Amino acid sequence: MSYPVIKGAGYALIHTPDMIIHNGTTQTTERITNPESEYLKKITDHIRTYEEVINYAPNQVYIGNITPEDLRNYKLPWFDKDVPEANRFGKFGEIMPQDEFICLLKIVDSFDLVKLKKEFINNLKVKMQNHPLFKNDMDQLKEGEEIEEIEKMVKEQHAEALYHEGNLVGCVKKAHDIDLNLTAHILFENLVVKASGMLAFKHLINKNNIDVSDIEYVIECSEEACGDMNQRGGGNFAKAIAESVGAVNATGSDTRGFCAAPTHALIEAAALVKSGIYENVVIVAGGATAKLGMNGKDHVKKEMPILEDVLGAFAILISKNDGVNPVLRTDLVGKHTVGTGSSPQAVITALVTTPLERGGLKITDIDKYSVEMQNPDITKPAGAGDVPEANYKMIGALGVKRNELERKELLNFVKEHGMPGWAPTQGHIPSGVPYLGFAMKDLTEGNINRAMIIGKGSLFLGRMTNLFDGVSIVIERNSGKTEEVGVSQETIKKMIAESMRDFASQLLKE
Amino acid sequence: MDLENQNRVKSMTEKYGAENIIVLFGAAEAEAAGLAAETVTNGDPTFAGSLAGVQLGLRVYHVVEPEFKEAVDGEVYEEQIGMMEMVLDVDEIVEEMKSMREQFCKY
Repeated sequence: MSYPVIKGAGYALIHTPDMIIHNGTTQTTERITNPESEYLKKITDHIRTYEEVINYAPNQVYIGNITPEDLRNYKLPWFDKDVPEANRFGKFGEIMPQDEFICLLKIVDSFDLVKLKKEFINNLKVKMQNHPLFKNDMDQLKEGEEIEEIEKMVKEQHAEALYHEGNLVGCVKKAHDIDLNLTAHILFENLVVKASGMLAFKHLINKNNIDVSDIEYVIECSEEACGDMNQRGGGNFAKAIAESVGAVNATGSDTRGFCAAPTHALIEAAALVKSGIYENVVIVAGGATAKLGMNGKDHVKKEMPILEDVLGAFAILISKNDGVNPVLRTDLVGKHTVGTGSSPQAVITALVTTPLERGGLKITDIDKYSVEMQNPDITKPAGAGDVPEANYKMIGALGVKRNELERKELLNFVKEHGMPGWAPTQGHIPSGVPYLGFAMKDLTEGNINRAMIIGKGSLFLGRMTNLFDGVSIVIERNSGKTEEVGVSQETIKKMIAESMRDFASQLLKE
Repeated sequence: MDLENQNRVKSMTEKYGAENIIVLFGAAEAEAAGLAAETVTNGDPTFAGSLAGVQLGLRVYHVVEPEFKEAVDGEVYEEQIGMMEMVLDVDEIVEEMKSMREQFCKY
């Protein structure tokens, strides 16, 4: 059978120190409910510098400069240890500073809603003239506005302020007088998704030698919604991002499913390619400012820096089988159904063992499980434990219950079949997909033959169902065979014989 | 604890009486279970929700605690919780929950 392949991956982080304070919901909620709180007073002392964010080991893993296995050489906590020779740019993408990202907001702004200060633009035009992806886009920043104009829009016209290093440098205007779906705040969040998604997408194209005009379909899978009062989640981030990267032959649509959406999107992309509808499909997601500093109170209480200080984004290209890259086993897909039930046992059975059984595989036949790869440096101090480790223990424990694994082997299983988490807690960003970039190498040049990508989502947060959700898919080393159906020797002989007969009869006629 | 859950616990306690309520937890970490237990006994320690400063003193148990395990059907327990019992740090959770009950439980 000819399966689709993972053809390329792009990943980006954006350091957004001022957005933690002004746009993270933990902080905005605190300003409303407890404006004089100690937390708000202390917060600026706990913000990391751009250099610290670059040197942070999990961030270097995210952009591909070190591997998840390398992360094991760093003892937790990770925030007080630097990666030697850390770099802003990596094999998969980059870690962008906030001021450059604010310029990207302007570059992707199709409705002239983003207003930036003149001096800020002039400085950035100089700073970004060497950026490998955006040096030619600087004209789109235009001239900029006087600061008095921007102050007026923020104070009198409900514009969302944009800060850098504590100073007002611009704003996002509202797009409607009364429509709550087109407020400056929502437009800001949506432009952040578009700009960060575009950044990851551009890296995907740039790092993998892809002709952008070959891309036929884009699936966007973040957690925001764009639309107006008559269609609140009308969409379509996917097409907007496709336009911003110049994918002229693509259309697209948005897939939502909380944190599980990227794995849903991966399966959908695989299906579109496998069916032959499209040859090249990109799944892409931008980042969420709302989640910046989500566990900030715990981090500050424990005298740590606020580690949720980056937006995350990714873009993955799924293409028809090239005989080289890892294949997506569209026949080995797991899903948590409406009837599955909510006990962890039922969930892991549905997501892990049910698809494995279909392929005649055991839990130990999967070399690496990529679950929700949340960085434990962030979650442990907040009392949420080590998320990937807990997932590996659950998968292993199910293996024990099914007699596929000895109980005493449980901890070894966690180490051998698992990975330490490195993804920022941006909801959908950690969800299985951060490993795909590494999987491309591990399942071709490396010694891994099979991995499983698992995404899970907390649907109950939307108050429409109490259900939880999850999907999974197995990826495998490419066998090198790309043909759908083999032609037997006999058929070939028959075909040759028929041609000879035709040829002979032609000759006789002449 | 989630603000909406705080509202639900509070309104159910008002409706049925604190002496008639037991709150069961399934949190994977002792610290998280402890914080939630503290919220429904001594009040929301983060002062964010409706239980801030409200000392309901409810009875609190985690589902891996022996009191709960002995009270339910063994087969159902094994099916629903058996795997998690293998994974969680049961001793740590039991200790944390006991400490919350001893300090703040009124019933």
